[in-house]
Amino acid sequence: MTLQYHYNVPGDDFVHAGEASGHLKGVLRQLGYPADVVRRVAISMYEGEINMVIHANGGEIDAEIDDRGVTLVLKDQGPGIPDIEKAMQEGWSTASDEIRSQGFGAGMGLPNMKKYTDRLQIDTVLGVGTTLTMRIDLH
Amino acid sequence: MTATELCRACGFTLLAGGDRELRGGVYCCDLLSMVMGRAPADGVWFTVMANQNTVVAALMADVACVVLTEGIRPDEAMLARAAAENIAMAAADCPSYEAARRADEVLRAK
Repeated sequence: MTLQYHYNVPGDDFVHAGEASGHLKGVLRQLGYPADVVRRVAISMYEGEINMVIHANGGEIDAEIDDRGVTLVLKDQGPGIPDIEKAMQEGWSTASDEIRSQGFGAGMGLPNMKKYTDRLQIDTVLGVGTTLTMRIDLH
Repeated sequence: MTATELCRACGFTLLAGGDRELRGGVYCCDLLSMVMGRAPADGVWFTVMANQNTVVAALMADVACVVLTEGIRPDEAMLARAAAENIAMAAADCPSYEAARRADEVLRAK
């Protein structure tokens, strides 16, 4: 069994941010995935989705569910990540004060994705965009 | 223990989702990613951050109950979102630490 879902994520829209991740979470629950796996997928995807909204004026997410886990590909045409090593450090963030006042900008987005996924690949080109590929396995 | 029972024991005002079962611990923080990284699943989260993103972060992290502290109340949209996602929501007039301390005591004694 393989199920595929495609999501368009609008930029600078905090009201609808999380709809893609919320939808996939519902699908995984319906499929009977274990709660801890569903939680790991939902948090990782939401962190990526929010990053797209905040930093990249939106983007696209492709999710593929198979018998052994979930693959997420998040692609944006944003500014790219200038220093991946810094971005992977907890607490480091380039979010504006306005974004921080919404509760974001903790500098935990990529660290959370790393923590909750089995594999995280970051392909980023300055001025071109970023593609994150995440895999969460059913253990 | 349900959210209704916790609110009654701690003097919190229940606003939505009273039937939700609380099986995790308590967690205090106002940064959403910190919550998603560290809050226990099915637990109670204390925060002053009152917007719809709070509910979405709670949904992703499987937080069972959000308690807004310091007398802060949710707007209609936030409350409706919490009810729609079956997340319990409550309000406390005291600071997050005090509210969490009370809840921790009650949850540990159950």
